[in-house]
Amino acid sequence: MPGLEDLYREIILDHYRAPRNRGVLPVPPANKHEGFNPLCGDEVLVYLQLGDDGTVEDIKIDGQGCSISQASSSMMSAAVKGKPSDEARRLIRAFKALMSIHESKLDGEQASGEDLEAELAGVQLGDLEALQGVVKFPVRIKCATLAWNTLQQGLDEVAPVT
Amino acid sequence: MVTTLDVAHIKADFPILGREINGKQLVYLDSAASSQRPTAVIEAMDRVYEEQYANVHRGVYTLAEETTASFEAARARLARYLHAPSPSEIVFAKNVTEAINLVAYAWGRANLSEGDAIVLTLMEHHANVVPWLMLAEERGVELRWIPLTADYRLDLSNLDVLLDGARLVAVTGMSNVLGTINDIRALADAAHAAGALILVDAAQVAPHDEIDVGAWDADFVGVTAHKMLGPTGIGALWARAELLDAMPPFLGGGEMISDVRVDGFVPNEIPWKFEAGTPPIAEAMGWHAAIDYLEYVGLDAVQHHERELTEYALRALEERFEGRLHVYGPTTTDDRGGVISFGFDGIHAHDISQVLDDDAVCVRAGHHCAKPLMRTLGVAATTRASLYLYNERSDVDALVDSLVTAEKFFAL
Repeated sequence: MPGLEDLYREIILDHYRAPRNRGVLPVPPANKHEGFNPLCGDEVLVYLQLGDDGTVEDIKIDGQGCSISQASSSMMSAAVKGKPSDEARRLIRAFKALMSIHESKLDGEQASGEDLEAELAGVQLGDLEALQGVVKFPVRIKCATLAWNTLQQGLDEVAPVT
Repeated sequence: MVTTLDVAHIKADFPILGREINGKQLVYLDSAASSQRPTAVIEAMDRVYEEQYANVHRGVYTLAEETTASFEAARARLARYLHAPSPSEIVFAKNVTEAINLVAYAWGRANLSEGDAIVLTLMEHHANVVPWLMLAEERGVELRWIPLTADYRLDLSNLDVLLDGARLVAVTGMSNVLGTINDIRALADAAHAAGALILVDAAQVAPHDEIDVGAWDADFVGVTAHKMLGPTGIGALWARAELLDAMPPFLGGGEMISDVRVDGFVPNEIPWKFEAGTPPIAEAMGWHAAIDYLEYVGLDAVQHHERELTEYALRALEERFEGRLHVYGPTTTDDRGGVISFGFDGIHAHDISQVLDDDAVCVRAGHHCAKPLMRTLGVAATTRASLYLYNERSDVDALVDSLVTAEKFFAL
């Protein structure tokens, strides 16, 4: 059985205790996107401000959640801020691929290594890799992906891929 | 004179409580979600499949007749537990959720229309909220909510106004989050005086006490087996016979008819009118064994034990954590059951539960299917420990010790 230290790495606890980009942005010009985890009642608010060229000029995170969802959203905000939206999308895909390794194994499939490599190719996850331990705790995966799904939904609404 | 529970002896009746998780002895504090079951229940169900199983109310052979008799004996046993005037007033359902949906569909849609009101409370489980929200959307029925006092009880100061024009009061007997036990008789009297009926979600009451539907003067009562040492998949609606007689059927199918032609059908008598399809047969026998077990142990002794243990737990949490831990519920055991919800400032319920799991301590973390209540409390989630007859002080001690670890782990 995986231990608590697999889940709660020091870098995660650091983001939980001192979340980056915490707060709100004025709407407009920013857009506000809400995500809910019906399992636990957690709620994340992603304030997203995109430049004319689609760059994530600013992002703020609000709402309430556990240490995993707080740390994940904090890391996400730091990772996408200042990046072009297509790069943010690549990061979302890579992160969700990281989180889906366990799910696909549970489904009785072989983790599709090629697909994963393709998603991860050229993407620097950095600190985010600390969240990999979450996949050993299947019920917590949704905590980690909540902010990312909300960002994805926000980008789809504000900056649809043409 | 109340006999003292021999908890060590009782624990030995529950094989699962001997299990270890993560190298540690299981500490099960989630009985409000679902209880564990004693060997007597497991063996009763095995016996059905090994010795006495056929479909009920169909075959004329000996095995079918025996099984039907046992199935109906389970109904009669539950009727006695609820002090119902007749077993024909006991409708088996999947759980309390289905029992309440049955009332919302069959009684609600036949009797309620725009302009009618249903009075709920802010401490209801979603099972006693969403069926009425669906009815409100469909029929334009108005929902009104009894608020809470600062000490987590129903605020009845405005009850007369809330009841004016109401057709139904739907209320929990005991909150699955706060542990608050409501005065059903007082609410029933007020409801009836205003011309309304009363439905009681008794899911959290029945595990700890016999119910007297007559003393409550209730109209509808929902109970479920899996929270009271019985199997999953079976619950029941009790309702007064004249209400059941007047209600149209809910689900259509086999068993619930007395005649079917190509151009119509005649429904069966109550309670079978509401029991379409093959029912949970072995589960009914398991429930029968669970009720026998509870009465064999003695419900007075169960309540005495739980009250003593709840007092011990509330005191231990207060002494160890002082103001840092907040209990969402009454702080004394008057009109309060052994459900203890709490939170630490700045530590999420999921994180607490995760650390507790490392010590094999099972608690519930989340919104407990009571989001209107959580919004009223102003929290997204709480941690909940719930006590039952097989818990003892060492379980509470394990909880407190593990909470100390959690608090240290997440200290800012």
